[in-house]
Amino acid sequence: MAALEEEFTLSAVPLGAGPDGLLGVEQCDKTDQFLITDSGRTVILYKVSDQKPLGSWSVKQGQVITCPAVCNFQTGEYIVVHDSKVLRLWTNEDVNLDKVFKATLSAEVYRILSIPGTEPLVLFKEGAVRGLEALLAEPQQKIETVISDEEVIKWTKFFMVFRHPALIFITEKHGNYFAYVQKFNSSVVSKYTLLLGQEEKSVIQSFTASLCRKFISLMSLSSDGCIYETLIPIHPSDPEKNQHQRVVRSLLLKTVVSGNARNALSVLDQDHVAVLGPPLPASKECLSIWNTKFQTLQISKELPQGTSGQLWYYGEHLFMLHGKILTVIPYKCEMSSLAGALGKLKHGQDPGTQTMPHFVNWETSQGLGSQNAEPSKRILRRRKIEASVQPEVPASQQLLSTIKKDSEKHIEMELRKFLAIKRTPDFHTVIGDIVIGLLGRCKTEPSFYPRNSLMQLIQMHVLSYSLCPGLMEVALEKTDVQMLQLCLQQFPDIPEAVTCACLKMFLSIGDDSLQETDVNMESVSDYSDAVQEEQMEEQTGILQNGFNPEEDNCDNCDKELSEKPQNTIEETTSCPVIPKRAALLNAVLHSAYSETFLLPHLKDIPAQHITLFLQYLYFLYLKCSENATMTLPGIHPPTLNQIMDWICLLLDANFTVVVMIPEAKSLLLSLYKFVKSQICICSELNKIEVSFRELQKLNQEKNNRELYSIEVLELF
Amino acid sequence: MGEFKVHRVRFFNYVPSGIRCVAYNNQSNRLAVSRTDGTVEIYNLSANYFQEKFFPGHESRATEALCWAKGQRLFSAGLNGEIIEYDLQALNIKYSMDAFGGPIWSMAASPSDSQLLVGCEDGSVKLFQINPDKIQFERNFDLQKSRILSLSWNPSGTHIAAGSIDYISVFDVKSGSAIHKMLVDRQYMGVSKRKCIIWGVAFLSDGTVISVDSAGKVQFWDSATGTLVKTHLVANADVQSIAVSDQEDSFVVGTAEGTVFHFQLVSVTSNSSEKQWVRTKPFQHHTHDVRTVAHSPTALISGGTDTHLVIRPLMEKVEVKNYDAALRKITFPHRRLISCSKKRQLLLFQFSHHLDLWRLGSTVATGKHGDTLPLSKDADHLLHLKTKVSKMPAFLRSAVQILFSEDSTKLFVASNQGSLHIIRLLEGSFKHLHTFQAQSGTVESMCLLAVSPDGNWLAASGTSAGVHVYNVKRLKLHCTVPAYNFPVTALAIAPKTNNLVIAHSDQQIFEYSIPDKQYTEWSRTIQKQGFHYLWLQRDTPITHISFHPKRPMHILLHDAYMFCIIDKSLPLPNDKTLLYNPLPPTNESDVIRRRTAHAFKISKRYKPLLFMDLLDERTLVAVERPLDDIIAQLPPPIKKKKFGT
Repeated sequence: MAALEEEFTLSAVPLGAGPDGLLGVEQCDKTDQFLITDSGRTVILYKVSDQKPLGSWSVKQGQVITCPAVCNFQTGEYIVVHDSKVLRLWTNEDVNLDKVFKATLSAEVYRILSIPGTEPLVLFKEGAVRGLEALLAEPQQKIETVISDEEVIKWTKFFMVFRHPALIFITEKHGNYFAYVQKFNSSVVSKYTLLLGQEEKSVIQSFTASLCRKFISLMSLSSDGCIYETLIPIHPSDPEKNQHQRVVRSLLLKTVVSGNARNALSVLDQDHVAVLGPPLPASKECLSIWNTKFQTLQISKELPQGTSGQLWYYGEHLFMLHGKILTVIPYKCEMSSLAGALGKLKHGQDPGTQTMPHFVNWETSQGLGSQNAEPSKRILRRRKIEASVQPEVPASQQLLSTIKKDSEKHIEMELRKFLAIKRTPDFHTVIGDIVIGLLGRCKTEPSFYPRNSLMQLIQMHVLSYSLCPGLMEVALEKTDVQMLQLCLQQFPDIPEAVTCACLKMFLSIGDDSLQETDVNMESVSDYSDAVQEEQMEEQTGILQNGFNPEEDNCDNCDKELSEKPQNTIEETTSCPVIPKRAALLNAVLHSAYSETFLLPHLKDIPAQHITLFLQYLYFLYLKCSENATMTLPGIHPPTLNQIMDWICLLLDANFTVVVMIPEAKSLLLSLYKFVKSQICICSELNKIEVSFRELQKLNQEKNNRELYSIEVLELF
Repeated sequence: MGEFKVHRVRFFNYVPSGIRCVAYNNQSNRLAVSRTDGTVEIYNLSANYFQEKFFPGHESRATEALCWAKGQRLFSAGLNGEIIEYDLQALNIKYSMDAFGGPIWSMAASPSDSQLLVGCEDGSVKLFQINPDKIQFERNFDLQKSRILSLSWNPSGTHIAAGSIDYISVFDVKSGSAIHKMLVDRQYMGVSKRKCIIWGVAFLSDGTVISVDSAGKVQFWDSATGTLVKTHLVANADVQSIAVSDQEDSFVVGTAEGTVFHFQLVSVTSNSSEKQWVRTKPFQHHTHDVRTVAHSPTALISGGTDTHLVIRPLMEKVEVKNYDAALRKITFPHRRLISCSKKRQLLLFQFSHHLDLWRLGSTVATGKHGDTLPLSKDADHLLHLKTKVSKMPAFLRSAVQILFSEDSTKLFVASNQGSLHIIRLLEGSFKHLHTFQAQSGTVESMCLLAVSPDGNWLAASGTSAGVHVYNVKRLKLHCTVPAYNFPVTALAIAPKTNNLVIAHSDQQIFEYSIPDKQYTEWSRTIQKQGFHYLWLQRDTPITHISFHPKRPMHILLHDAYMFCIIDKSLPLPNDKTLLYNPLPPTNESDVIRRRTAHAFKISKRYKPLLFMDLLDERTLVAVERPLDDIIAQLPPPIKKKKFGT
């Protein structure tokens, strides 16, 4: 859970910050020390935990620092550029900047970039890059021009990618943005054009970037207040050919700030970004932490005195100008949990920080539903903006676009290819998206029904009903019982209404059409064969179970049972449905349900189908009670409990109906008799159990009563 | 390990006395328990609930009240009208003092610990000053018209509440006059009872008085106005006891139905400062009257007629959820009540006021594991000793523990002054040989003695000062075993090797070589490896240790629920091995059997086990006392209608 701690200020006296704020805040080689460069003439070294300056250096009157001071992590020296071309190097011992090492360069410097573990780089305004050492060896060397005229560098960042330095900088020309990535192991510059997508008018206000495996994840905050993400490959697949590539940006977070003011963005970790800016056009500026994974606001802190629209993040500290004062807010992020991501703060509210009421609160949002009838301010899933054929687009995107237009056969082939590649962590959501894509086309094109592809996807064992809500409805529409069976077996979360609709279809579909289908039969053992063989045994079998006591209350039923045993057997021992239908019904029996939600739907099933299903259940019940373990033969058959529960459910839901129709009467009667005889058995078993228990008790007491005995004991 | 014939003895007709009072001492984390026969026991709750001290009772002394005062001084008062102070070092009665008010029903120490208050039969409340060596009568409070059954001080010490019959009085301590008389309703569920006895009162610092009475009510009174604030009806029978926690945020009451109710002060709604007493948890760990309860910071303690002492930890107060947080039910004393003559096959049973001598039976038959053999001779009851010999010299009269040497020529007596006497026994007379004086500065009594079979060494242990080993031949102290944090529960010296085996209340066992004056190699090994976790989780102490006459590597020891023969030659079990394996290794090969064999051979066949010893190399004697037999001798509990009966 992300949390902002109590803020503190670094300088009691306002810095000489101009209207554009500070030039920069940079890390030092010692932890907890930072170099602050104001936009005038001064560089100050601060120790943050002590909130005090350790040193301060100024350039001469008339000179202006043009590039923030950085620390050379390899030598511990500080470097600053003034008047665009003059480089100064000094250490902590030096007092006067005028007397330290000086090198005058031949071109204007945009920025010096330094990160631990490598030598600093100098980025010139024309886009050329030099290592510091090489530059100092020959300061007047010629600097080439990389970027075109009128192209201006907007932002830059320096990374270590697998121990090799890599530099990215963004340029702007007439509202178009370009990204340059330069790697120093190959010295190749790759240029990308940032496609702004639909929001062509927007101006990018702030950039931030982080490394995300093989990509640089470039996030940009646009003037429309949204955060976009652009993935730029670090290793372009074909550097020669793709000298000029285009990259799309996708929407990451919608409307986090109001776009008019100066806003800033900084990525904190994999899932969190810090955004500086007013959440509403009229409101005061805020520092907010957003979780990009769950699209939630984690915490927000109001900065009433306004900021310079600049934000730096190092280690655990966020730096910003609050009013005229440099403010440090420590930031901590514990492991994200769902509850945390949903906005429940673990430690309650810190004093001084307020969650802005403007942001949708999960706990109160139901009440606000009517207000938010306008298009939702946030979308829950990252929506990729469609783009024309792009080499960088993931395979799933390609597949989705294939789905949009290609033939069933081609889709099937593409799908097979896609499924063959390695699974990513978000595999199940990708599969869900593909299914939704397929279903979307089904809806628009009634003739389109990619059955094989769908079956293949269901059999990946990663789908659930909620991942692809329309799938079963489509299958119901197409009376595709095979797919319904598969869904019933695979999905853990089918709504009762859909289960019931399946049941209805399974009962109503004609035998002929069933014969043509290819239904999984493993839950059905060959009942018909068993019936043939066991017909002789059956007669005694039932009677044995329905034991024969001389008690009055059971006499009648037993007599009736034995009076017309032939009849009963005819009725009960042959399976009332064909095996294929039995297999389908078994799938329904196995599915999970909640009684209260299922009962109302069961009432909608026509009476003759209820009778048929009851007959089948009665048949299964009889089969169950044939052996001592009360189980059915076969692989994964319905259990006795499932059968009993469904009998009760059916009778509960349709009691009046079943009682009224004549064809159900004999069925109900025999069911009643059978249940009664079972109860008789159980009560008799109960008696036996009690007697055995008493016997055992007596046995124990006999052992324990004796006051004295000599026993034999062996210790092992 | 081998096959044994076991004499399974169940004729030890021991019935523990019912518990009358418990008093918890927060300072030392000790619990004093008095029983209806006048016995007082001290349990050390820090040392695995071990009963470390014991004061035998007397027929003429029935304790009705027990309390700690001045830190760790223990007082009791009873129906003989005397206040008794106990000497916890010497384990005897320091003095007794008549309060001259008839039988005493209640007693309470002041919050400042300087005064003691007793409530008497004649309706008087008497205040005593506690001086360093004695207590001194100070004054009487206003005389009430009937006996004072319960007393409680206001935590500030300015007022007291006294429960009598049908009313509660509130006294001002300074003036000694009753300022309020709060009448208790006799009505019980519409039926007027003859009397309503206030069995317990508790005075809280905010002026609330809580009373429990014979009509089953828990009532809250305002002592400033003398009015009833609230009534909880908790039982159909008497509510007999109450105890409040030090923080005054929870209290516990015990009823005659055996139920214990926990009341807690909880907020009316969350975040509101308004709090109210709510009955939160009922516990039914007793079958009979809960005569007394105590409230330690982390547990509810209750005891009553059914003789069990129950310690029920409050889970919300327990920080570490380990085995210590389990419910404890202590029924049997943590000392040996049985001694055995191996040669003559005799058992001597110790009761509170008499001794029984039995001879074991015999059999000629043989059998296999689990068989009960036919008896060729049944066990005989030989003697019932009630009279005490009074010809003893004065210094022998107050023995804490006595022990005979193996050859019956010497008697070792631990006196209550911390000294040990050696007496030579002659035909019909005896001669005092020597006295080992207590170590300088201590008067702690030795409560466990062990003598080596060759008669050369005598080991003695008190409750805290460690084990001393004396050389009996040279009559001098040989050595002292390094002190250990937990009290000793059993001691024995092995034949031949003269290794002293010591069991402590935290279930640790040490073996100390007396001739070498150091722990043996085996003891060091097991300390290094540690005992099996299940061994350490047992909740009754080892009360007896003995040795196999032929196999020096075997040690037999037992607690109330198991006995164990330790074979020192086998590897020790670690936490992954199965400690207790009741099943015979049937179709396993010898290799597996050897690999899984470990040093601890445990049997849980006999329980509750009060005594176990080896008579000879193939015969064991086990004395059991089934709980059902004890319950059968208790008065019938209050009949409660149960569903379906």
